[in-house]
Amino acid sequence: MAGLRGRGNLVLGAAVRPPYADGMDAIRVKGLTKRYGRTPAVAGIDFAVPAGETVALLGGNGAGKTTTIAMLLGLLIPTEGSITVLGHDIARDRFAALARMNFSSPYVALPHRLTVAENLRVYCHLYDVRGTARRIAELAAELDFADLLGRPAGQLSAGQKTRVALAKALINRPELLLLDEPSASLDPDTADFLRGYLERYRAESGCTMLLASHNMAEVERLCSFVLMMKRGRIVDRGTPAELLRRYARSDLEEVFLDIARDRRAAEAVS
Amino acid sequence: MSGARPALRRVWALLYRHIALYRGSWPRLLELTYWPTLQLCIWGFTASFFAARLGNPGAVAAGALLGGVLLWEIALRTQMGVAMGFLEEIWSRNLGHVFVSPLRPWELLAALVGVAFMRVAIGITPALLLAWFLYAFNLFALGPVLVLFAVNLMVMGWWVSLGVVSLILRHGAGAEALAWTVLFGITPFAAVFYPVAVLPHALQPVALALPAAHVFEGMRAALSTGVVAWGHLGWAAGLNLAWLAAAGALFAAQFRAARVRGALISIGE
Repeated sequence: MAGLRGRGNLVLGAAVRPPYADGMDAIRVKGLTKRYGRTPAVAGIDFAVPAGETVALLGGNGAGKTTTIAMLLGLLIPTEGSITVLGHDIARDRFAALARMNFSSPYVALPHRLTVAENLRVYCHLYDVRGTARRIAELAAELDFADLLGRPAGQLSAGQKTRVALAKALINRPELLLLDEPSASLDPDTADFLRGYLERYRAESGCTMLLASHNMAEVERLCSFVLMMKRGRIVDRGTPAELLRRYARSDLEEVFLDIARDRRAAEAVS
Repeated sequence: MSGARPALRRVWALLYRHIALYRGSWPRLLELTYWPTLQLCIWGFTASFFAARLGNPGAVAAGALLGGVLLWEIALRTQMGVAMGFLEEIWSRNLGHVFVSPLRPWELLAALVGVAFMRVAIGITPALLLAWFLYAFNLFALGPVLVLFAVNLMVMGWWVSLGVVSLILRHGAGAEALAWTVLFGITPFAAVFYPVAVLPHALQPVALALPAAHVFEGMRAALSTGVVAWGHLGWAAGLNLAWLAAAGALFAAQFRAARVRGALISIGE
């Protein structure tokens, strides 16, 4: 069964469509551990993300989300455990996986002095994208920044930067997209545009997405499955509906607070 | 995305990124030519003064001095070019994007070498023209051997900068001042302006372990006698290979250590 499997042997709910008949996982993580000295940042987590799904990685500050994403991207070497991304073992073959995936974060910038078009051209070359001018024009039209192509990236507003950063992340038509707080510091209108775009993109492309976010409304709208992290461990997981039911809450924000404040599902219900 | 064509495109991507940066920033272009031109003016007028006082021996010494200034700038600008190219990625907080692309570390280095070559060409050309115009000194009079001198000094710039980049990977942006200063620290031992024999005996082995000392001994021999000192050139090339291998191993080790420590995420902070 195609599902988001883990130590708790939980699977995706029936509401979530199986992405591929063969049940291929876009991400498979086993016993993933990262220690800095004796301090564990990620403590032996297991999960799998089925191809075509959008999964949220949630947790408070210091929960281990960024460390996990950094290991998925090959920026950080795990202390223990294994990561397979799109069928490639990240420890041995990360470049083959990196060519088929992409990443966006508001905390990583594009060179400020280069224009938007120059920046996107750089990434077309890095990802060996054919038809550079056509691809940039397509993304500029889809994400509504054609009028910004000649402007230096450093002169863009937060919303404009986010759209350009997303264009950079989509430049190679990734099969897997890792998004770190995609709507951080965006106004509600821009954030809604971004979420709508991501929904359409996933539906049309079948792209798998792993999303780290503190915005629970965003998670409820975009994600079919949620992994809750705390102190380097996955402490709960399930579809948004399952988590709401388990904690007897009406929205994920309350579930998040229950987990952050160490209220177990049963206690929350009682 | 393996194969020669994608690899060349990835190298070109970073080269293009720096060309776009310099194309849109005249202060950066000015900075490239400023120091070589200033150095040449200071040393050129000094050399002219001694040449006028001392006659023919002074003119030969002046030629050696100007040749030293111009050739040493090749090593300096190459080393700074590679290190500054890397620092530009840190300053623009772009390393996170670069290292999650399929760009291999050796492709990054190849691009930085290309950036350095571009910086050398832009930086040194005005100084070369000025040397010819103001002091009637033509470095190209050395003949084809000039290419070998220049290549050896560029390679020395590469391995020194690999060491600097390794230190930046190890210690973060706190080590960035080395990008400007490290080769100046080597200058006294590089025999740029005087023969190795002038140095105290204890320091001569240090100088002779540097490819630059052999290049400049060779340059002085070529300028004064017209004979190419192939022995010195051979030593320079051999030493460069050894140092390059050592610096490459250091870079590889530090790059991996940075991935273990998570420094690629937080570098520059």
